[in-house]
Amino acid sequence: MLLIIIPVMALTVFFAWKYRASNTEARYEPNWSHSTQMELVIWAAPLVIIICLGALTWMGTHLLDPYRPLDRLAADTVVPGDAKPLEVEAVALDWKWLFIYPEQGIATVNDLVTPVGRPLRFHITSSSVMNAFYVPTLAGMIYAMPAMTTELNAVANAPVESRGFSSNYSGAGFSGMNFRFRAVDDAGFEAWIAKAKQGTDQLTRAAYLELERPSQNVPARYFSDVDPTLFNAIVNLCVQPGKMCMSDMMAIDAKGGLGLESVSNTLPLNYDKYARRGTVFGGPASYVIGVCSPEDMADMQMGRAPAAPIAPELREAVHGAGLPLPGLFSPASTFTPIRLPSSEALAGPRRPSNS
Amino acid sequence: MNETQAIEPSFLLGRFTLEAIPYHEPILVVTFIAVAIGGIAVLGAITYFRLWGYLWKEWFTSVDHKKIGIMYMVLGTIMLLRGFADAIMMRLQQALAFGGSDGYLPAHHYDQVFTAHGVIMIFFVAMPMVTGLMNYVVPLQIGARDVSFPFLNNFSFWMTVSGAILVMTSLFVGEFARTGWLAYPPLSGIAYSPDVGVDYYIWSLQIAGVGTLLSGVNLICTIVKMRAPGMTMMKMPIFTWTALCTNVLIVAAFPILTAVLALLAADRYLGTNFFTNDFGGNPMMYVNLIWIWGHPEVYILILPCFGIYSEVTSTFCGKRLFGYTSMVYATVVITILSYLVWLHHFFTMGSGASVNSFFGITTMIISIPTGAKMFNWLFTMYRGRIRFELPMMWTIAFMLTFVIGGMTGVLLAVPPADFVLHNSLFLIAHFHNVIIGGVLFGAFAGMNYWWPKAFGFKLDEFWGKCSFWFWVVGFYFAFMPLYVLGLMGVTRRLRVFDDPSLHIWFIIAAFGAALIACGIACLLIQIGVSILRREQLRDTTGDPWDARTLEWATSSPPPDYNFAFTPVVHDLDAWWDMKARGYSRPLAGFKPIHMPRSSGTGPILAAISFVLGFALIWYIWWLAAIAFVALIGTAIGHTFNYNRDFDIPADDVARTEDARTRLLAQVNA
Amino acid sequence: MNSVVTTADQAPVFYEVDEHPHPEGHSTSLGFWIYLMSDCLIFAALFAVYGVLSGNFAAGPGPKELFELPLVALNTTMLLFSSITYGFAMLTMEKDRVAATQAWLVVTALFGLAFLGIELYEFHHLIAEGATPQRSAFLSAFFTLVGTHGLHVTFGTIWLVTLMVQVARRGLITANKRRLMCLSMFWHFLDVIWIGVFTFVYLMGMVR
Repeated sequence: MLLIIIPVMALTVFFAWKYRASNTEARYEPNWSHSTQMELVIWAAPLVIIICLGALTWMGTHLLDPYRPLDRLAADTVVPGDAKPLEVEAVALDWKWLFIYPEQGIATVNDLVTPVGRPLRFHITSSSVMNAFYVPTLAGMIYAMPAMTTELNAVANAPVESRGFSSNYSGAGFSGMNFRFRAVDDAGFEAWIAKAKQGTDQLTRAAYLELERPSQNVPARYFSDVDPTLFNAIVNLCVQPGKMCMSDMMAIDAKGGLGLESVSNTLPLNYDKYARRGTVFGGPASYVIGVCSPEDMADMQMGRAPAAPIAPELREAVHGAGLPLPGLFSPASTFTPIRLPSSEALAGPRRPSNS
Repeated sequence: MNETQAIEPSFLLGRFTLEAIPYHEPILVVTFIAVAIGGIAVLGAITYFRLWGYLWKEWFTSVDHKKIGIMYMVLGTIMLLRGFADAIMMRLQQALAFGGSDGYLPAHHYDQVFTAHGVIMIFFVAMPMVTGLMNYVVPLQIGARDVSFPFLNNFSFWMTVSGAILVMTSLFVGEFARTGWLAYPPLSGIAYSPDVGVDYYIWSLQIAGVGTLLSGVNLICTIVKMRAPGMTMMKMPIFTWTALCTNVLIVAAFPILTAVLALLAADRYLGTNFFTNDFGGNPMMYVNLIWIWGHPEVYILILPCFGIYSEVTSTFCGKRLFGYTSMVYATVVITILSYLVWLHHFFTMGSGASVNSFFGITTMIISIPTGAKMFNWLFTMYRGRIRFELPMMWTIAFMLTFVIGGMTGVLLAVPPADFVLHNSLFLIAHFHNVIIGGVLFGAFAGMNYWWPKAFGFKLDEFWGKCSFWFWVVGFYFAFMPLYVLGLMGVTRRLRVFDDPSLHIWFIIAAFGAALIACGIACLLIQIGVSILRREQLRDTTGDPWDARTLEWATSSPPPDYNFAFTPVVHDLDAWWDMKARGYSRPLAGFKPIHMPRSSGTGPILAAISFVLGFALIWYIWWLAAIAFVALIGTAIGHTFNYNRDFDIPADDVARTEDARTRLLAQVNA
Repeated sequence: MNSVVTTADQAPVFYEVDEHPHPEGHSTSLGFWIYLMSDCLIFAALFAVYGVLSGNFAAGPGPKELFELPLVALNTTMLLFSSITYGFAMLTMEKDRVAATQAWLVVTALFGLAFLGIELYEFHHLIAEGATPQRSAFLSAFFTLVGTHGLHVTFGTIWLVTLMVQVARRGLITANKRRLMCLSMFWHFLDVIWIGVFTFVYLMGMVR
């Protein structure tokens, strides 16, 4: 690029000086406005550069694709055939980072430690809005987006201590959304894992739901044990009990949906669209939390108790969505649509606060 | 701060409560007082000097493309002050918030500031300036008496104003979006931004967008249909060519913005699921759609400025533009290619390597026609006789600055590099490099160049040079540090920093911003001084720069009807050709001239649109309903007015032209 | 415009002495075309969005359970007929027959209203079933695409009534003819869009 930029800048200054109006010695050709050779050169020269650059881009982009597993640890070291990359699952929360080490069974908040010289594979997602996972001393960035994963393959070549952060604005606590990154030798890594294991905090689903609430400038935290299904549940927006996982929803959709019967079955799908909170037309939404068959209906109308309790397993869902513990779960009211008490109660757990 | 608490909207005032007035934020209170005092002073002065009638009759309701062009420039300049105030607040915050300090802006305020800065600078500074210049110059350059749809032109302008006022309202009533200037969901969705900010964003852009789109349609028609006899497409002045391409881009890009903002509004107002996380929504679709508009948008801004530089270069080099044909083709190629590159704004979203490299390479290809243009300007200077008047100075500064921005742009187009530099201050430096170095410098070149045409006197050179040097030097001071910081991995939109080694760069950048502030002050002084010294700076010839295109063939300022007789074009540089071949001004035989009549409907419709937007933002449904009905009713009522034009009597034309004849005789005597 | 051509032996002509005034509205049809194309792009965006979201039923009902093709076919017929009758209105307008033109316009408006009525019925039916725009991304995209078209038809109808009043007051003067011509383009444009909607949303929805 500089090959063309510098001559252009130099020529600009030179021509501006040489052909200044006060320099009447310079040639003045007011009607000279075309030269086929010149035109060829000024189109061809950038073209040639761009062809070269384009080829480099094509190769470089494929070579450095973050999704592509590494084949070299350094310029001269091929990844050994038996090397299994260290898997790290990174979750952007409001406004901190959660790192889950599935093999080691630990998790940390705002602290990322990796062994030097071992391929790393990050699976990245987000709990609420778009972020980008970026550790400048390790690898390029990639977006962290809710309900999907992105991937990043990387390796730390030398011990380093630096910072990683979110490089895509995500709200009020964005500036404090950074974490310590350390690449250490294998022994150091083992020691760090062992230390993390000693803690008492466990990252259960409930603990995750607590952790997920918006908070700013969060200090590092360690969890000695992690629910192994947690990351998958986070990606599929179904950490809360009773939620339908996105993967299931998409599998159903691929088969053509669930038909009209499912039309009111929205509570399991609700993630952050708080019961149409903020929706300005129409009142608060009502939910069917259980579905009963026509036979049950007939039974009910004839005064008989239904054959089986219909939706007790959904209790948790109602609970989890932030509703007050319902005392109304007697069998008789099983299929009563529940009016949500207030939009605020639903909104509570997931709303970013800006204080 | 508790403003995120959902308030049950009341019938009368919707979401609006006294809490929405930010009286607890001292910065805003002081700003409000200053604005109020200034506003009262201006309004008082207008009332005292009894200017309301004059302004309403001669300006606000005018359908004259020249007056509308000037009003666009005024709008752009006023909004530049607001946008720049935001910029300097950001620079100050980032320079202060080090070593444990939290700066002086809380996140709630800072996040609004950078969002508003982006929105205002693009939509309400750059766009009005570019549109204003096109509006003023294009009809004159093609020898027309007005645009194709003069009423629509007035309406477009007022819709842009309406959007701008809506953005300004958010400063004192409620708040603006805290999402970044493109308001990516889910963050901009109702779940994460339940306040009025994003609604202000949506409705101000929708209202202004109507204006932009219609003015695009208008100018395309004008250029296609109203050229002077003899002006074939390949004899069109280059600025007109770039204006044509820009307006094609506007018409082809702005509907996408309208659609995507409408969908976001549906998500926020109706609870639909286009860009939500759950229920099958797809936020990535928003990012794609908004950039399908967003990338052409930057070419919408830059192309007319390329045209300005071309006109300026050939005028002040006293020389035909080198490679006119290749310049035209380069412009057209850029127009087309600008639709094939949008994905380079989010390589890091995780598209495959093949997709990323495709868009990376198309992006680089754009640099070929752009490079060709650069060489064309260079060879126009070659063997020319360059007069370093202000427009030419801005052009040289542009050429030196823009190539740097172009180079960093190509660098960012390489996906592996973008994975490291995306969203960093390097990116910020890059696009300010091309938008300030390309668009704003171009607008200033254009202002200095065409000012004498618009007002009949030149702009003061001393203050112009002050402004020039402050701007150029300030620009380098403000943005070169950002390149460095970006390479060090510093991300945009951060509010506080903890690495002390970065501090010095932010201080340099803040110093640069201060220099730019001086540049803006000098610009305002330049305008003020020029108005005061207008008699010394007076140009009576109508052609102060010894220029080449048709707008210089008429008087300065041009009469309402632009040309007493429609000019006939024989050459690309029509006026140069006329001068060279002994053109003599027609002195008799004037005929009545058919002209469009002024109309107050434009400002009225725009005012109603403002009310509609405001009511929608605050959920004041009754008012929205009334405003909507009023809007439709007024528009329909307007169509019942068939009496839309009149003839300027031949006597009046003769009187105006005779006055000019006498003036020219005085000059020559 | 002979004045343009000047040969070497003639003195060059630099301005038109004998000027033909541009007839008012001479670029209206071009302008309106350009506007329609921009409107077309809005629909293009909505179609694209529908294309992306059309399979996202959110474990809810899909097109097969929701759409009633006979009803939509009837609706399509209404709109196509309205286009034909508008064509007749234009033909009679060319012959300057005010009453016949007005009559055809009334018929067109009635067809348009019938279209809107059926569409509203369809929407009402869907919403009553619980298939609201809020239910799934597919339904959001469906209601928005079809609804935007419906809004266009609504405005077209209001415009049509306005023009009928204007024709009644002023007759078929040039300005009114030009306006009728613009509305004609708008109306046929909506027809073309509807054919797209019918094909891509309804027919393809039933076969997927």
